[in-house]
Amino acid sequence: MMLRNRRNEGLFGLALVAPFVAIYGLVFVYPTIKLFMTSFTDAPLIGDGNFVGFDNYARLPSDRRFGTAVWNTAYFVLITVVPGTLLAFAIALGVNRLAGRLQAAVLALFFLPYILPVSVVYLLWDWTLNFQFGIAMYLFDMLGIARIPVFKSTAWFMPAVGMITIWWTAGFSILLFLAGLRTIPTEIYEAAALDNAGRWSTFRRITWPLMWPITALVLTIQLISQLKIFDQVYLFSVGGRPNDNMVLVYYVFQRAFQSDQGGRAAAVAVVLFVIVIVVSVLNFQLTRLSGGRDR
Amino acid sequence: MTATTARRLNAIGLIITVITVFCAIIWAFPLYWAVVSSLKPEHEVVRPYIELWPETFTVSHYVFALTQTEIGRWYVNSIVTATAVTVLTVSSSLFCGYAISQLNFPLRNVLWWLILASFMIPMQTLIVNHFELVADLGLINTWSGIVLPQLIHPVIIIVYKQFFDGVPKDFREAAVMDNASEWRILTKVYIPMNWGVTTALSIVCFIWSWNAFLWPFLAVTKTDMMTITVGITQVNDAFGVYYARQLTAAVLAGLPVAMAYLIFQRRVTEAITLSAGIKG
Repeated sequence: MMLRNRRNEGLFGLALVAPFVAIYGLVFVYPTIKLFMTSFTDAPLIGDGNFVGFDNYARLPSDRRFGTAVWNTAYFVLITVVPGTLLAFAIALGVNRLAGRLQAAVLALFFLPYILPVSVVYLLWDWTLNFQFGIAMYLFDMLGIARIPVFKSTAWFMPAVGMITIWWTAGFSILLFLAGLRTIPTEIYEAAALDNAGRWSTFRRITWPLMWPITALVLTIQLISQLKIFDQVYLFSVGGRPNDNMVLVYYVFQRAFQSDQGGRAAAVAVVLFVIVIVVSVLNFQLTRLSGGRDR
Repeated sequence: MTATTARRLNAIGLIITVITVFCAIIWAFPLYWAVVSSLKPEHEVVRPYIELWPETFTVSHYVFALTQTEIGRWYVNSIVTATAVTVLTVSSSLFCGYAISQLNFPLRNVLWWLILASFMIPMQTLIVNHFELVADLGLINTWSGIVLPQLIHPVIIIVYKQFFDGVPKDFREAAVMDNASEWRILTKVYIPMNWGVTTALSIVCFIWSWNAFLWPFLAVTKTDMMTITVGITQVNDAFGVYYARQLTAAVLAGLPVAMAYLIFQRRVTEAITLSAGIKG
């Protein structure tokens, strides 16, 4: 009886995981293996190619567009990850002071952009920053600043897209910071108030250290997701200068879908793949070394 | 603490509160501006000054978008594909998370480690091979083709496993004693216990899929098979250089997810914090 139960349990378990394992194999394991194999061939987008060894990789260091893509991706990470996280933290501190309905309403205002599709964010800001009729340009006029064709100028493109991305995704980070702030016991603050600790020293000695695990988590999530940027850069580049605004995923897309070079696209994809895995593993080790977080 | 310093601290607190509220309004202003602009006639939209309220209200852009463009068709595509992704992903993840948490079966730990590891893999790098796979299956420009590569969200399994891990073992042992079948234990005991999480994860999964851009953009070349998220950026001639019409399309594409968020606010925020690995 017990033995039959055991066997039943095992079979039932296998049956339950079967649908997931099937999908996982088909859209995850198989494409991942195929990605590495394709990167060593001269395959077009669809169909097989000849084995070319490390040729696709050997081309990359002297490939100017690849260089631009690496540089822009790094630049984008630099201008979004830390500033976006700090801004979200500051907003969360402000929202956390509010109570009841007002807090819910203010949080909703900050969070709403995050829930919207990227194409809506694109149309919204393309309109707001429109050179002729954008409301931001009227503000520029009032302040006496010369109008800027934001998405047509290489110097302004990345900072503008970075700012829009922070606006779009901050809601998510704010939410995580708020969840963290709510776990800090109020007794600690009461004790600090009794000790006559000022606002700044309370923040520096209590809030900041206690929030560090969450800050590290938000930084990691932001870092990994900004490394994979594509959508905003693609959309805002339409009619502009995609080759100057090139980022890594965009380059994969361009090689594969516009130049029909699946093999060369796969090599670029593998580079990004390895970067993301290395960053994730490093972060995992770092958090484990520093005591770890409850996961 | 003296009375004056306390009062000064309160004053600073009030100022911070006012600044926070003010920033929130500025933050959401582009959303308001898009909605207001979509309700103005085209000639008011391009007036060279800021008008916070339309002089003449018009819903003509909405009538135009819904009757003269393919937006209705895109809505159908989005609803069908996002629903399919949600149902398939959440159910397969629920079964898998339950099995890993509660049952003994061969290779269980291997599967769990694979799922944890796949958490790190960037889906964007697989686009070339996804495209080849979906093309080989003859699914380009079909609903199935849009759905297939979106079916993996390892994080949903991880959340389910954590939840099922939190259920005391006694529940299962008592049910086994009662000779209940494995299927009954799952559907009558464990699933009802977790309706809250299931609802929350389903809403978020639907929003993710509705908002998905890169894959649906690659998988579809015919305008009538586009999801609304892709369609509104690809078909410019449908809207022309009419700014109000374009903003109307944006409002129509964002409205369902914005409504879903505003109605299920607590569930959505709960699921999002859970999916980041923080217990709510």
